Amino acid sequence: MQLTVLRKGIRIFVAGLALQRHARTLLALCLCVTPALAGVLPDDRTDALYHRYQGGGITIQGPSVLIQKKITDNFALNYNFYQDYITSASIDVKLSASPYKEKRTQHSGGFQYLHGKSTYSAGIISGSEPDYKANTSYYSVSQDMFGDLTTVSLGYRRGWDNVYRDIKDVATGRLENDPTFHQQADHRGYSLALSQILTRNAILNLNYEAITDQGYLGSPYRKIRYSDPTVPGKGFTLADQIYPGTRTSSAASGTLKYFLPYRAAVSGQYRYFRDTWGIVGHTVELGYTQPALGHWIFDGSVRFYRQNAASFYSDLFPRANYSNFMARDRELAAFHSLTLGVGASYEFHVPSAPWINKSSLNIHYSRMIIDYSDFRNALYAGQDGFTAGNEPLYQLNASILQAFVSIWF
Amino acid sequence: MADLQEIIGRGLRSSANPVKSCAKRMTSARMVLVAVGVGLLLGGCSPIQPWVKPYEREHFADPIMSFNRDPVSDTYLEHVLESREGARGATGGIGGGCGCN
Amino acid sequence: MKHRIAAMLTGAVATALLLTVPASGAGSSSSGPAPQFNLESRGGPKISLAQYKGQVVMLNFWASWCGPCRQEMPLLENIYKKYNKMGFTLIGVNVEPDSKAAEGFLQQTPVSFPVIYDKDSTVSKAYDVSGMPSTVIIDRKGNIRVLHRGYKPGDENEYLDSIRTLVRE
Repeated sequence: MQLTVLRKGIRIFVAGLALQRHARTLLALCLCVTPALAGVLPDDRTDALYHRYQGGGITIQGPSVLIQKKITDNFALNYNFYQDYITSASIDVKLSASPYKEKRTQHSGGFQYLHGKSTYSAGIISGSEPDYKANTSYYSVSQDMFGDLTTVSLGYRRGWDNVYRDIKDVATGRLENDPTFHQQADHRGYSLALSQILTRNAILNLNYEAITDQGYLGSPYRKIRYSDPTVPGKGFTLADQIYPGTRTSSAASGTLKYFLPYRAAVSGQYRYFRDTWGIVGHTVELGYTQPALGHWIFDGSVRFYRQNAASFYSDLFPRANYSNFMARDRELAAFHSLTLGVGASYEFHVPSAPWINKSSLNIHYSRMIIDYSDFRNALYAGQDGFTAGNEPLYQLNASILQAFVSIWF
Repeated sequence: MADLQEIIGRGLRSSANPVKSCAKRMTSARMVLVAVGVGLLLGGCSPIQPWVKPYEREHFADPIMSFNRDPVSDTYLEHVLESREGARGATGGIGGGCGCN
Repeated sequence: MKHRIAAMLTGAVATALLLTVPASGAGSSSSGPAPQFNLESRGGPKISLAQYKGQVVMLNFWASWCGPCRQEMPLLENIYKKYNKMGFTLIGVNVEPDSKAAEGFLQQTPVSFPVIYDKDSTVSKAYDVSGMPSTVIIDRKGNIRVLHRGYKPGDENEYLDSIRTLVRE
């Protein structure tokens, strides 16, 4: 959250989101839980997950519960309940705001219909928090062919967001909606995926996704800063960010999964991303899965990611009103990141409940380290000899914990 | 894509409408998808026979070879990464499985 | 540039789609003499198709890793028990190169009909098995009369209809 105290000190703008605005809609897009297997509906299952993200002064934790069930042989329904409980004192918040707590809830529901070799899926995702309401609908069709060696999938998603702004009344200290602020954002996504079994041991997945956004794509709370020698000590002044009203992005990825003869699986993925904001991102991820000791499955992964900055991004603009579009959101900065993940899963049966096919207890831990090349820790400006624009580059260290139980029935 | 970057580079207040070129791009994408959709409806004779037979797919029936073994966990992790990064999309995993039925 | 790549990609996919085998139904008739085989069975003695000439023979190609195959087993056992005395026999053809998992499954879900291990996939290839599970019904003269790919609950009724017809021949 960011706090801007007006000269008269009556109202304080309370900034919402640790997450980049359109990324929250993307959570909705992600949760299209439709694993398209070859001509078969997904197994009936229920999962209950506890998730916790901690890093950079932000803690986000909460539940995610999924139910996936076949109603008839050809028709299945799914429902997911997801919540984020956010406590934020991030670097952006500390720069110009005060720590805040917020809750975000998301419901999603959908169906899958199997007809011969085709699977049709559709669903709705609806997320809300005090200052952001996001709705998404998605549709996809998946076709098996070529002796079931190949699966082709087409998808379309449409999102509608309503963006609000909260302000904190200084007198009461309570958050209120700012009635003067209401913006909208629209999103459309097109995806094409191809899955190909290559040999008895190898499968290849190719994915292409184009997403276009229109409307209010920034944050009503986050600020940019520009060099201002008239400000003693700090040497900069905060100002409103200005985002473009559109964004079109495309991403293409290839993933190869290989079965090792002693029963293990190794996978490698590369993804190329580029958008109209000038960001080009490369992702490489390697994964290894090893069953052991009868009931256990262990996972490990290493992920490298690198991106350059958006064309309208700058950590410190040279002066006020420097360009048409200006942003200082670190998600748009140039950085590289490394994420390491380990997981363990224990599978067991419940003899007293014969309707349960199998169950598992799972734990997964990831460590994400982001080294920013052009985002500086502005809290240091004017201290220890750091001038604006020369503060140390920021590094984010985050740990992500997941603990969940899965039941197949 | 070039339109927006030129505008920013020149630092001019421009009346050019980036929305229009974006809409044109999306119409092309839609046309392409329609073409693929038509392709889906067509079936044809195949000169190439599937080289992995259904009775040779035992490894793909193994959950460790699934792209989506833990959908709730994968979705959550994907969400965390997308909130921190500029890149998004093209992460889904499909296909595989034992091919039974 | 972007939409050119998209167009090329989808063009390639469309071409691939045109080169595919059309989706065939779950059940389709096939004909011609049933290929012979002579393989080791569970419990020792070799089994050949020839020794069942004069009977209606149902071959069920299955694997322990195939969910619908496992689901189908108890129903096949019932069919075998019911029609065995009327000149009908059922042979389970396990397609796995390593029979350990199949043995484990059969110990938990025992069946009384013979099961042969097609470790080299010779029988699967001879019958051009194109789905898991696959069920072939051969008449008393040794000709293939029914070829059924896959299994969904309710398919056993189709089997029963075919068996009743063929047993009366």
